[in-house]
Amino acid sequence: MMDFIIANAPALLIALPMLGAFALPLVGRLGDSARTGWVLGVGLITFVIAALLAWTVLSGGPVLYTFGAASPADALPADSGGIPIRIVFTVDAMSAFMAVFASFVGFITCLYSVASERRSSGKDGYYALMLLLLVGILGMVCTGDLFNFFVFLEINSLAGAALVAYRIDKGVSVEAGLKYGFLSTLAGLMVLYAIALLYGQYDSLNMAVIASRMSYTMLDKVALALFVAGLALKAGAVPLHFWTPDAYSMAPGAVTAFLVVASQAGLYGLFRILFSVYGLTLSYVTVGWAVIILGVLSMFVGVTMAIPQKDVKRLMAYHAVSQSGYMLLGVGVGLVVLGDAAAMDAFGRTAMEGGIFHIVNHAMYKGLLFLTAGAIFLQTGTRNLNKMGGLGHSMKWTMLFFIIGALAIAGIPPFNGFASKLMIYESVFAFSPVIAVIAMVVSILTLASFVKVFHAIFMGPEQPRHADAGEVPKPMLAAMAVLALLTILMGVFPEQIVTTVIAPAADALIDQSAYVATVFGGI
Amino acid sequence: MIAETLYTGFGAWNPVIWLVAFVVALLLAWAIQRLGEPDIPGDGESGKSYISGNDEPSPEDGHIGGSNLYWGFTEAMKGYYARVIPLHTGCLTDYVLWFLGTFALLFIFIGVI
Amino acid sequence: MIENVPFFCAGLLVIIGLVVIVTKKDLIKMVMGLALVEAGVNLLLVATGYISGGVAPIFTNAPSTDMVMPTVQAMTLTNIVIGIATTALLLSFVLVIYKKYGTRDVTEMRRLKE
Repeated sequence: MMDFIIANAPALLIALPMLGAFALPLVGRLGDSARTGWVLGVGLITFVIAALLAWTVLSGGPVLYTFGAASPADALPADSGGIPIRIVFTVDAMSAFMAVFASFVGFITCLYSVASERRSSGKDGYYALMLLLLVGILGMVCTGDLFNFFVFLEINSLAGAALVAYRIDKGVSVEAGLKYGFLSTLAGLMVLYAIALLYGQYDSLNMAVIASRMSYTMLDKVALALFVAGLALKAGAVPLHFWTPDAYSMAPGAVTAFLVVASQAGLYGLFRILFSVYGLTLSYVTVGWAVIILGVLSMFVGVTMAIPQKDVKRLMAYHAVSQSGYMLLGVGVGLVVLGDAAAMDAFGRTAMEGGIFHIVNHAMYKGLLFLTAGAIFLQTGTRNLNKMGGLGHSMKWTMLFFIIGALAIAGIPPFNGFASKLMIYESVFAFSPVIAVIAMVVSILTLASFVKVFHAIFMGPEQPRHADAGEVPKPMLAAMAVLALLTILMGVFPEQIVTTVIAPAADALIDQSAYVATVFGGI
Repeated sequence: MIAETLYTGFGAWNPVIWLVAFVVALLLAWAIQRLGEPDIPGDGESGKSYISGNDEPSPEDGHIGGSNLYWGFTEAMKGYYARVIPLHTGCLTDYVLWFLGTFALLFIFIGVI
Repeated sequence: MIENVPFFCAGLLVIIGLVVIVTKKDLIKMVMGLALVEAGVNLLLVATGYISGGVAPIFTNAPSTDMVMPTVQAMTLTNIVIGIATTALLLSFVLVIYKKYGTRDVTEMRRLKE
């Protein structure tokens, strides 16, 4: 049984949440507790499978899974002519790392939803969409096939847009959902156009095959620009970030925390395309600088737009834009020095590790912050900062979790945001001091705006209009507590995480030949 | 406990030592706080805040809301905000135009240079 | 030259779709523009699989050479299905917005901004 699960983990990772999603309308008929148990069970087992898969990958190298083949490792059957003709999942350290924390956040947000959505209707659809969003993310990060990547990207976009619009709220949520759905569909079609351009030239959809045949013609450059624009939109980088505050502010709290991970799957796709598919053939200095410029713009515009916001979730959404700038910056610096082994060892690798470490840190603390915002919205019925105040008296635990999240996002030790930001600052300083200074200023502004939010929500005398706002139910507190605990633990033990998980993930991105060899079996 | 030092390539950062220092500082603060009077005298008057003889404002008026904080910052950056905020029009057509424009710029950057 | 016509047509369809999206103010027409973009991408996909003189890829009694690649046709079919799902979802969003806002004009759909 155990061997079967480990051998088929990549397939189960997709199949299980999908089965969970489509069985929900049936399970929902058995009552509320059956549905809750089903969703949490599926979420937890998916996380366990992802963890098992990650353990296999970290201990035994990348896992290859060929769908429909006699043996999962048999990507190149004898009559195939040396190209993989089936859909292949190539799970390397980077994919496994993304899959583990995505399924973890998925489980935590489902746990939170149990309490936050307990009085709402239409729970079958809600949880089914949550699980489908999880399928989309997991598929995007695991697949080694470009068209398959597009299919999961669309699942991700559709489930995300439907979840944003799920609580209609006088039509405003639907407006946000329409913007999100429209833009991500357009971006998805552009990605598909790029895939068609690559397929037309290289006769294959497998990323490793395309990587081994890549010759960087003019059509490849068009395709690359389409990929970068489309996936940067999905990741919410400035100047393609406009949908982010709309969608993040109108989605229910738990959904927003999960949408952060959905955006990061877009970021993963961008890195995978840049490093594994194009790799050294692309003019990495120009493309790297393009990524850095996107990153710096995202950091600065995101944080400055956050400061004057009145809506707490809109403010946090702009911070999400700003934080994804750090990831783009770290990985972009790694891309600029990709061909320069000395610079790569000196600071490029550290910059990439910092950027990738920031992805998981951001998922943890930003998820935590969105969950606290959801808790506050649930108890007060408003997101307007001007109408809040004095909630620290009645919501002590939420306040504690908010402080942890806010300090982590501002990069204050000993929380996890500090560890990854330190790696980014120091390596980027060696690359270009000016950009490092911008990154630090952005951090200071982040702290400033969270001081504002903290004061506006929690400080001050108790407000009579929020007299009935008490503490939120236990499952919500539990979900927040787990994320807060991880935020602290990852900040106190950063070196363990960097050496065991992050460094292999960064190496998996850098070493394109290893990725190709996964499919071709070491040729 | 193992030393959890994070090597950044240029320096090192050890959160455990930092935490110990933080706890020591907290203990010192607590010790200093212990030296003070345990409570204010209980006649009801000494605990009230003194605002130049005026009455204490009501809870609604006494709280500085979100928009009033950082007024100075946004005022000082007015030139920047006056340009950036109007770009966020909220109109889907503009969002699509930004997407196409960014693609065009990226293409020039990647394909031509 | 003539064999490249499908590719130009595909590009043209995408551009027409994009022009429709940015010039029309009616949300339903914008979704139609998106469907045009999708049609263009589908055409490009299916055109990449065509081999001049190729036969249908039915494995049992085809000649051993010159079969049209079936992958792209499967891909196009998949994308058509995905396209139906997205179009239906976006149109239902437009429906709700029309009910709540009383308009389909994209310039009026701006309650979320800044």
